[in-house]
Amino acid sequence: MAELSVSVNGELTAAQVDPRTLLSDYLRDHLGLTGTHVGCEHGYCGACTVLVDGASVRSCLTLAVQADGRSVDTVESLASNGELHPIQQAFKECHGLQCGFCTPGLLMSVLELAATNPGCGRDEIREHLSGNVCRCTGYHHIVDAVEAALNSVREQGDGS
Amino acid sequence: MKPPRFAYCAPQTLPELLEILSEAGDEAVVLAGGQSLLPMLNLRLAAPSHVIDLDRVPGLDRIDGANGCVEVGAMVTHRRMETDPVVAASAPLARCAAGFVGYRAIRNRGTVGGSVAHADPAAEWPIVLLALDGAVDLASVRGWRSVAAEDFFESVYTTAKRPDEVVTSLSFGSRFAHSWGFSEFQRRVGDFATVAVAVACVMESGEVAEARVAIAGVADRPVRCPEAEAALVAGSRSAASDAAAAARDSIEPISDIHGSSSFRKRLIYAETQRAALQALRANGAGADDG
Repeated sequence: MAELSVSVNGELTAAQVDPRTLLSDYLRDHLGLTGTHVGCEHGYCGACTVLVDGASVRSCLTLAVQADGRSVDTVESLASNGELHPIQQAFKECHGLQCGFCTPGLLMSVLELAATNPGCGRDEIREHLSGNVCRCTGYHHIVDAVEAALNSVREQGDGS
Repeated sequence: MKPPRFAYCAPQTLPELLEILSEAGDEAVVLAGGQSLLPMLNLRLAAPSHVIDLDRVPGLDRIDGANGCVEVGAMVTHRRMETDPVVAASAPLARCAAGFVGYRAIRNRGTVGGSVAHADPAAEWPIVLLALDGAVDLASVRGWRSVAAEDFFESVYTTAKRPDEVVTSLSFGSRFAHSWGFSEFQRRVGDFATVAVAVACVMESGEVAEARVAIAGVADRPVRCPEAEAALVAGSRSAASDAAAAARDSIEPISDIHGSSSFRKRLIYAETQRAALQALRANGAGADDG
C-alpha cells in the first residue's frame, strides 16, 4: 500500500491505496466522485479527463500515487450553490450533450482551454477537443457550446 | 481493465534510482509520464514486477540551451517542448513536432524521455533526434554514456538502453537546427503518425551542405534515408521532389491496419516533399511558421 495525500476540488484527501489504483478509480471508488466517467480506460476516449495542477490529464492513464501532493479538479468543482458554471450553461443552451457520458471530460478540457486560450476560434477549439470522443451529439453543437462558453468567459473577464 | 499488481517505488535522488534499477532486474519498468506505460498496464500487455517512478528525482525536468545545443531532461513534457522559449529558439523543429504528439491531455503528462525509451516506430521524437543529429543520455550504477540517435533505436519498442539504465536527457544538436521541415499524416488529430518526415539541413552560402531525412511509421524503427539526403545535397531546382522520389523508391514500407505498403509509399513521397520544401524555403531562423 502507498500513502497518498491529494487536494481534490480544494479539499485535502488522504488515503492508503494499492499503488496500481488509477486516479479515475481513486476519485470514483474511494471518494465517491462519480462525475468523472471511465470509458475506454486506455487513454483514447477522454471521458475521464480531469485537471491536475490546472492541466488536463487522463485520469485513467494516471496512477493515484502520481497525483500525491498535487491538486486535482473534477467536474464536481464546476457548479456552485446550485448555479451552473458558464461552460455548463453553454453546453445546456447549445445542445452540447445528449447522453452526457463524454460531457465531464469535455467540460474539464474546455475549462483548461478557457484558462489558457480563451480567444481561440473554431479550428483551435476542434483541435483542443480532438482527444474527447462523443458518440451521440455530434461535434457541431459541442463546438457551438464551447464558442458560447468562451464568449461568456471573456465577457466575465476572469479567464477561469 | 485495471493494471496488474506491482511493487511501486518513488526514489528521491538519482543515485537511489540507479541503485534500485540495478537491483530490480529485467522485470522492472521506469514510470515517467505514463502515457505509454499506463495503457500497456491497463490492457495487461505489461506486467512488471516493479514500477519505479521518476517523478521525485530532481534535475530530470530541466531544459538547457548552450552554444545553440539544447539538452532536455527526460521528464520534460511534450507540452513544455511546445511552449518553451529556449526550444523554440534553438530547436524549432522539436517545438513543431511536439504539437503532433497525441492530444493536449497526453502532451500535458507524456514526456520526451518516456517516448524515446518506449521507442514506438511511429512516434515523433525519434525522427526529430535523428534529423538533428541528437543523442540519448543514459545513466546506471556503472556510469554515464551518451548514445547517438542513429544507434539508439533498434526495433519496435526496443532500444540500446540496458535494463539497469535510465534515460536522463536528450540532446538536440545545433548544426541542423535552423533549416528544417516537418510533415505528418495522421488519420485523426492526435493519432500516431501513419507516416511522418523530419528534414534538417546545414546551409552554406545558400546551398545545402548536409541534409538529414528521417521517417517514422514505415519500418520497425525510425529510419534515415541517405538517398533522399543525397538528393537534397545535389540541389537541383526540383530538389524537394527529387528527395521525395528517392525516399519513396528506396524504402519498402510496412503494411498494417492503418495503411498498405503502397499507400505508405505515396505518403512518403508527399510528406518528404512537404518537409523538404519547408526546410529549403526556410533557410534561416524565421522558419518556424510552417
